This record gives sequence, structure tokens and C-alpha cells, in this order.
Amino acid sequence: MLLIYLSSGLLLGWSLGANDAANVFGTAVGTRMVRFRTAAIICSLFVIIGAVISGAGATHTLGNLGSVNAMAGAFMVALSAAVTVWLMTRWMLPVSTSQAIVGAIIGWNLFTGSRTDIGSLTKIVTTWIASPILAAFFAIVLFLIFRQIFNRTPIHLLRWDAYIRAALIIVGAFGSYSLGANNIANVIGVFVPVAPFSDVDIGGIIHISGSQKLFLLGGIAISIGVFTYSHRVMQTVGHSLFKLSPITALAVVLSHAIVLFLFASEKLASLLISIGLPPLPLVPVSSSQAIVGAIIGIAIFKGIRGIKYNVLGGIALGWVTTPIIAGVITFISLFFLQNVFYLEVSREMVYKVDQSVIEKLASKGIIQEGFQDIKARRFRNPTRFEMELRNNTDLTQTERRLVMNYARVDSIYVDEFLLATKIPPDWFTKDQKASLQKLKGEHFAYPWEFADSLRALSPDWHLKPDSREYRVFNRELEMKLEYLQNTFRADNSHSE
Amino acid sequence: MPLLFKSTKILESQIDDFLDAISQGGLVFKEGVKSYLECEDETFERRIEAIKKLENKADDLRRQIENQLYTHSLIPEHRGDVLGLLENLDDVIDTIKKTLVNFSIEAPDIPVSINRDFLELTEMSVMATDKIVNAARAFFKDISAVKDHLHKVLFYEKEADRIEERLNRKVFRMDIELGLRLHTSRFAFNISRIADVAEGVADRLNIYTIKRTV
Repeated sequence: MLLIYLSSGLLLGWSLGANDAANVFGTAVGTRMVRFRTAAIICSLFVIIGAVISGAGATHTLGNLGSVNAMAGAFMVALSAAVTVWLMTRWMLPVSTSQAIVGAIIGWNLFTGSRTDIGSLTKIVTTWIASPILAAFFAIVLFLIFRQIFNRTPIHLLRWDAYIRAALIIVGAFGSYSLGANNIANVIGVFVPVAPFSDVDIGGIIHISGSQKLFLLGGIAISIGVFTYSHRVMQTVGHSLFKLSPITALAVVLSHAIVLFLFASEKLASLLISIGLPPLPLVPVSSSQAIVGAIIGIAIFKGIRGIKYNVLGGIALGWVTTPIIAGVITFISLFFLQNVFYLEVSREMVYKVDQSVIEKLASKGIIQEGFQDIKARRFRNPTRFEMELRNNTDLTQTERRLVMNYARVDSIYVDEFLLATKIPPDWFTKDQKASLQKLKGEHFAYPWEFADSLRALSPDWHLKPDSREYRVFNRELEMKLEYLQNTFRADNSHSE
Repeated sequence: MPLLFKSTKILESQIDDFLDAISQGGLVFKEGVKSYLECEDETFERRIEAIKKLENKADDLRRQIENQLYTHSLIPEHRGDVLGLLENLDDVIDTIKKTLVNFSIEAPDIPVSINRDFLELTEMSVMATDKIVNAARAFFKDISAVKDHLHKVLFYEKEADRIEERLNRKVFRMDIELGLRLHTSRFAFNISRIADVAEGVADRLNIYTIKRTV
């Protein structure tokens, strides 16, 4: 059943592999600088590595936009995105998987009444506009550098040819890595909150999280797309769409890879923070738009007239139509899934502000008279709850988000059977395991109550100060807590 | 990848050998014309043999290079241009060989008084050949230097034209048979044609260079 649900994501991965791999290696293969076999092997390998190692960053942003919390819902979101990509490709319109999936998630949000996080949406849309512009900028700079080197360095033409081949392969590998890291979120991101993959610990050294297993699956789907279908697309890219010289191709592909990398690398984001610069948002961007941006950048720089404005118009139109079509398809198909097939497309989100929540919020400095008006009322719809908060309190948006976080009811029961079977022995410290044992048989209405109880029992559950050196530690700790919350969610319980 | 670099190295030296053959062909031609005009028959025949060998060598190398470029699909973007360049350079040594062999076949009775003009004309054509070989070498190794050689090719071609015209005026004012005048003039034309062919290669090379630098 799980594989059937995942199949739509894997289909999306396949189409991403078939289409977007061509952006990375199309010019190299189309101009016969690199053989298709070489390109396909390198591309697949690095897409998978990128997805597994750095796939989490952009996935997190998609998760913030709307956390699709039921398997059937996630299936439909990915399927609608895949259908949109297929439709747009058939209508010969430029399409981006990123835009399709974002549209589909918003469709799910609308259907289920979940709130769409405007902050995340703004971040995503801004990045979509920024990424082609950035790609154009990088392409021009790289092109200038390469041209200088090429025209000034007395190296034999044939040796240049060999160097450029090598460079195209290296840049292609980097591009594939970035594509995997940035776009895996589109393929499999919606399944991350719902897929029941547990974490694996290999000898206490390598820890593969459940989501990394999903990323691996998605990466493999992309690879299959690369091997089975991308050859044709590469030939098209290399021959008919744009005739690029190998040096221009190198500049274009490298700038595309840099842009995708910038919007996917968590390490880079934390590096920017550490030197006091604002970090770039980690957002799945469209690989095609980055490529198109880079090419147009070079075209404008070279002063080439005859930029096809209708093509540009088509791309811009795709920006608007893709998310809308995907959203509409998702909305309609979710309706059928829920009312015809009686499948659960979303898990009910319940919010309740009771005394413990009010006290907890007070400890965080959030004190509002208005909490009394909504106290003990159950809200089954996040949008509704947020509206009530807006009407009854004068909280800022960030504070409202915090309140929603603390008021979300998600019962946790520390089940004895699950405790014995589902806790990877090497992943948790001795103290952490001991504190878990002490909570055996306990009930918690709110996830934060569970985390607080653990913290009270062992200092090993305490987050360290938010600084660069502790960032990895803190993330790891949050991952452990999230894993426990998912494992001990009351509906997973065996003894109840 | 190491295989790629190795085949590249072999090909590089083949291209160098090809260009050397053209350049040597020019030098042998100059010596050949000189020995013909000075009636050194034995040396002249040796030169003819030498130039035939060089022409054959250039032909073989050109074929090998073309085969290699296509089998390893090297420099896909410039392959056509490189093939064009090599074939046109081959025309230069072809013209050189034919001209010298014609001296042997037709044995023109060139008036001694214009020997100096013939030698001067030969010198200009050979210089044009030499410069086009330099330009071609730069096209492979140092693209920014191509233009430095190309304008010299054009200069020597013009010089060759000028000397050819001067030579013809002299010949047609001589008190000799019309047949001999025409025969001498044709040989002057043939020698000058070498520079013309070199100029043709220069024109193409100019375009190839522009294509490579944009």
C-alpha cells in the first residue's frame, strides 16, 4: 500500500529525471562533448548523493508551506503535480516541477482548510523571481571569466577541448548534485511528514533518517527518468533550442548549478549567518528557469537581438498557470478521493488552549486576556483557530504561529511495546533512554508536554545555546524528539 | 580521461607534423626553382622527389587527423573548421608540387634576364606560405596571435601580384617568340598562384578565428 501511495511521487521523480537532467547535461550530450552513457551515470549518481545528503533544507520550506499529514493526501498532491507537469509538457508549455508541487500543496491546504503559511509562500515566490535573475548574473560573470581565459591562454585547441570535456563532466556532476539537493523536495517532500520510515543507525556512525530513505527512493526514481527518457530531451536541448558554444554551455550549466546549490545548501546558509549575512532561503527552485535565465543573461550581455519574446512570455505564463492548474487538479481530485473513495486525505488538526497551554505561553512571555475567551474550546480547523486568535488577541504573526504550535493537540502515549521495538539502541544516549523508560505508560495531550517531561528527567534532552557550534547538535536533538512524537502518537499505540 | 589526453597528444604532434610538411614544401620549392633557373638538373630532380614525398606525407597526415577527429568526436564545435583549414592548406602544397613538377615536364625556356624576378616572385609566394603555416599553428596554439600572421600573408600575396605584373610587362616587351612569352608568363602566374591559394586560406582562417573568439 505504501508503495502505491509513493508511486505518484516516484512518477514525479521520473519526469523530473527525464526533463531536468537535460538541463544539466543537455548541451554537453547534444554537442557530443560527453557521451550519453557517461552523462547518465554521473547524473544519476550525483542526483542521489545530493538528494540524500542535502535534500532536507528545501524540503523543510515546503513542509512549512503546508504540512500534508495523511498518506492519501500526499499521494494526490504528488499525482496532481505529476499530471500538471505531463499536461503542460503535452501542451508544449515550459513547466517547472517546483511550481506544480507548490500549487498542489496550496490546493491541499485550501481543500482541508489548513492554513497556507504566507511567510513561506512569499519566500518561495520571491526565490522563483530571484533565481533566473541570479542565474543570468552568474552566467555573465562566468562567461566573462571563461572567455578571458580561453582567449588569452596559449593552450592547444585540442587540449582545450579535453579540458572543457572534463570541466563539463565536473560541472555536470555538481549540477546533478544541486538538482538532487534542491529538487528532491518537489518529488518526495510531501511524503516526509507521513511516510512511516524509521531511522536506521549503522554502527553508531552513520545515521540514516527516515526522510533520507525517502530521498534515496526519490533519487532512484529521478535516475530511472534520466536513463529511460532524458536522452531524447538532451538531444532537443543540445540541438534545436539553443545553440551554445561549449564555453557558453559551461558558463550556463555552472551558473544553474550554483543557483540550485545556493537555494539548497544548509551549510552555506549557516555559514552566511555565522559571518553576519542574511541566509538565502532554502527553496526548491525551477531548474529550467535557472537555465533559461542564464542563457538570456548571456544573450543580453552579448547584445544579441532577436530574443524570442514569445518564448519569454510563455515561460512567464507558465509561472502563473502551473501552480493554478496544479492547485485546481489537487482540489478536485482530493474531493473525489475523500467523498468517493472515502480515503483520509488529511489528519484532523485539533487546537485547544487550556490552562497548561496558557501557563506555558506565559513562561514564554505571551500573556493575553483573549485566551480566556477561547479557553477549552476545541478547534478542528487551523484557519478557523488562527482567525479566532486574530479576533481575540493582538498577537504578532510569529507569536500566533507559536501559540498554534503549543495549542496543537496531538496525543502521545508512551507505549511499552513501541518502547521496546522502535527505539534504535545506538541513536539515543543512555540517559535519554533511561528517561524514556521512566515515562512508560504516560499520556500527554500536547507534544510540548512530552518534550518538557523528558527535559525534566534528563539534561541530555536540553537544547544548547543557538550558536554555530551547537547547530548540528540541536538539529539532531529536534530530529530525535520528532521521531519519538511520531512513534508514540496515540493512534500508533498497540496496547490501547 | 587519461586516454583522452593521450590521443590528444598524438593528434597535436600529427597536426604539427602536417604544418611542418607544408612549411618545408615551401622551402624546397624555393630551392627547386633556384636550381632550375641555374640549370642544376641533378639538384632540381632531387627537389622534385623531396616535394613529392612531402606532399604525400601531408596527405597521409591530413587523412589520419580527420579520422581521429571523427572517431574520438573531438572538438565537435570546430571540427568542420579544422577540416576546412587542413584541406585548404593541403591545396597550398598541392599547388607547390604541381608548379615544380610542371617545370620538370614543360622545361620552360625562361630568359636569363628575368631570373631575378622569378626568384623574387618565388620568395614572396614562399613567404606567404610560411606565414599562413604560422597563422594556422597559432590558430591551434595561441588564438590571439593569429591576426599577427594573417596580415603578413596578405602583404606577401600583394607583393607577389606586384612582382608578377612587373615580370609580365618585362616578358611581353621582350623580343622573343610569342609562345615563349606566354609560356614564361604562365609559369609566373603559377608561382604567384601559390600566394593566392595561401591568401584564400587566410580569408577562411580569419573567419574561423572570429568564430572561435566570440
